[in-house]
Formats: sequence, C-alpha cells, structure tokens
Amino acid sequence: MLCIVDYGAGNLCSVELAFRRLGIPCQVSADPAVLARASRIVFPGVGAAGSAMRELRSRQLADAIRQAAAEKPFLGICLGTQIILESSEEDGGVPCLGIVPGACPRFRFPEGVRATVPHMGWNAVCRSREHALFAEIPQDANFYFVHSYFPQPQEASDILAVTEHGGLRFCSAIARGRLVATQFHPEKSGRFGLQVLANFAEWDGRS
Amino acid sequence: MLNKRVIVCLDVRNGKVTKGVKFEGNVDIGDPVEMGRGYAESGVDELVFYDITASAEGRPIDLEMVRRVAAEVFIPFSVGGGIRDENDMRAVLLAGAEKVSVNSLAVRKPQIISAGAEIYGRQCVVLGMDVRRTQDPAFPSGLQVVVKGGREPTAVDAVDWARRAEDLGAGEICVNSIDADGTKEGYDLLATRLIADAVEIPVIASGGAGTPAHLAAVLKETRAEAALVASMVHYGTYSIPQIKEELRRHRVAVRMDW
Repeated sequence: MLCIVDYGAGNLCSVELAFRRLGIPCQVSADPAVLARASRIVFPGVGAAGSAMRELRSRQLADAIRQAAAEKPFLGICLGTQIILESSEEDGGVPCLGIVPGACPRFRFPEGVRATVPHMGWNAVCRSREHALFAEIPQDANFYFVHSYFPQPQEASDILAVTEHGGLRFCSAIARGRLVATQFHPEKSGRFGLQVLANFAEWDGRS
Repeated sequence: MLNKRVIVCLDVRNGKVTKGVKFEGNVDIGDPVEMGRGYAESGVDELVFYDITASAEGRPIDLEMVRRVAAEVFIPFSVGGGIRDENDMRAVLLAGAEKVSVNSLAVRKPQIISAGAEIYGRQCVVLGMDVRRTQDPAFPSGLQVVVKGGREPTAVDAVDWARRAEDLGAGEICVNSIDADGTKEGYDLLATRLIADAVEIPVIASGGAGTPAHLAAVLKETRAEAALVASMVHYGTYSIPQIKEELRRHRVAVRMDW
C-alpha cells in the first residue's frame, strides 16, 4: 500500500484526502516498519527545514526514508522535496537527508527586481523532459506553490521541471531514479494536481 | 510567472453561506461545501471561509465544515473568524485548511502570529486587517487599523502594523478597506499600495469590488498579488471565468487552465 510519512510536519490531511478522492488506498504512518513494507512512499511537509529534520531524527525515520527512496517509487512534496537534498539555508543552515545532491537556497532576485516571498500562488511548471509523473498534463500547466526556499539539485539530469518567479528560474520538480519530488502542492492544485498523484500511484518507478 | 489570484470570500453563519444586506440583516445563499466546489470548478484560485458568527458568539469555529470542504475542494482555502488561540489555529489546519486568518485577535495579542507560524510555518498564517483612512496625525501613513468588523477604532497605524506582522511571521496580509467595503466602486488603491509597498510578503486586496475592471486596477496599479471578491460573484453578476477573461484582456497574468 501507498504510505504517507507522518513526521509532524504539517498538513498530511489534504494529501490523504486527495488520494482518497482518487480511490487510491493509502496509510499515514510514522513507523519505519510500515515504510519498509509499503509499495510506495509519499513524503509531504510544510513548515521549516530545521524542525522537520529534528522530528525525522527523533522518530528515527531518516534512514528508513533514505532506504525507501532507493527501493521504491517515492514522491516528495514541498518541504519533503527540499529536505531530500543535502542542506537547506533555512534556520541558519540545516543539514538534510542528502538523497539528492544539492542544496535549498532562499529566493534572491536579480538586481532591480522586487518579488514577493513566500512565492505563493499558481505558477507554470515547465518540464525539461517527459516523465510518467506528468502524463496527460499539458506543458506549462499551473500548479499551486507556497515556499520561500527552493530545491537546487547539483546534477542537471535531476531537474525534471522549472518555474520562474521574479526573474529567477528554479527547479520545481525533481526526478532521480525511483524518486520524484515537486516543490508545488499537487494536493492543492486542482485537477492537474490530482492527475500528478494518480500518475504517481501508477508509476512503475522507471524514469 | 506567478499568476495573480482571484479569491472568493464566503461568509458562513450557522453552517450556511450568508450575505449581509443593508437594513435586512443576513440572507442565506447556499451550502459552503457546494459553493466552494462550484467556485473551484469555475476556476477560482483560492477560497476564504469566514465563520462570522463564531467570534460574535464566542464559540469555536465549525471544524466539521472545514473537514467537509477539505474532502471536496482541492485548491487552497483559508479559514477565519472565531480563532481564539493557537489551539484553534492548529485545529483548523489539521481539519484540512491551508491557512488560518486572524484579525482582531492579532491586534489584541500580536504574539498569536508568531505562535501560528511556529505550528506549520509562516505560510499558514494570514493577517486580516480592516483599515480606514484618517487625517489624524497619530497615524503617519494616514491609515488606521479598526477591529471588530470595522466597528472599533484602534491606536494602531496600518502600515506599521503590516511591517510588524511580517516580522512576527505572518505569511500574507489581507487588506480590507472599511471605506470601500460594500460600495462596489473599487478597491482602495491607496491603502493597498501603501501596505503592499511596505512588506515583502503577498498582499490581498479586499473591499469594494464591483466589476472585473476593479480587480484589474488593483492588480496592475499596486503590488497586491490577489484580489478578494464576494457579492459580485455570489449574486451571479459576474462569473469567475468572466472576471479572469477580463483580467487577461487588461494584461494581468491569471491562471486560465483549471
């Protein structure tokens, strides 16, 4: 069964409700044994990287998550996406899970540009290649974002899609082996968002 | 490019969406879940539910309604009205709301903003502020914060308050002009501009919308990222697609692919 990882980092409820709406059985759990048995993993999260990493460690979930990401289809969402990288600039600098090489800087805009932070609202997601996660979704479809930091994978091949805010293009979706991750919130992105979740639930884990 | 947002506000009283009508009190106009779903399907970007009786009657917010909305509506929505403390904020977020909105409570107890931001991050805290213009030199920006739905003046300058709320951890500010509210003559551009220029976080313009051109004006002429509408769509005067088409005609970037 699909397992949504519960590590005290926010609104799992909307992710669970979205899978329920799609008729996809899922389980919310913080138990490493459940993660190990699950067929696929959803790793959501909102809030701050520092407290999320503390929670993961205190629940002894960090290793279980690294292992799951290597073994089975794995979907990171928002903060869940940021902390699969090596570090985040948030909270004065936080070492993260290091599943994907790279870091999470805060938005800094080109000289003379004044744009809002958090980047909050609907924005176009532009894919650099095709992937099962975006099956049946048009190029540049709009998804809902809310974040002040963004994932910056070191290897260009890990970047699945980019989005522009205030003259800055940032990575809005990652794909690396069995791991996919979105900076946007599919569970809050209307029908295209639900389609992403349905695509993930059917994905065989091959890029 | 980040799209500007059109947000529909639903006032909820005793489980029904209601609309205040001058001299007649409130008239129920529908079920919050059905109306929310209908608006989401017609392309609205976000919803706000205000439990307008909760704070007046001192009872907790209707969490069952929040849960029902969350199970049916897969776009962001915020909930306000009747938030008494951080436990209420947590309960609303756990019930599936994306954000929680505080207004009078935050003026009385500003640390509620930081407490809320600590639960699930600052993006989940919206500061609602009712403002009105004033000539009183005690308010350097010329904008005064009023509370209790505009009935009670405060000694707080609106621009100072916006900056302070941002420092405390608000993720967004909804500026509701008491002068413009209900006039259908357009948003208060000056008030919206002053506050949006003072902060880095997104600002929502509220109060006074009567036509799609009013939304275009506030979204083009100020740094507001979103515009709130209520009666102009509740009564069917305009539909969300009509508003968005008109915004696009005015070269405001909006989401058209719902």
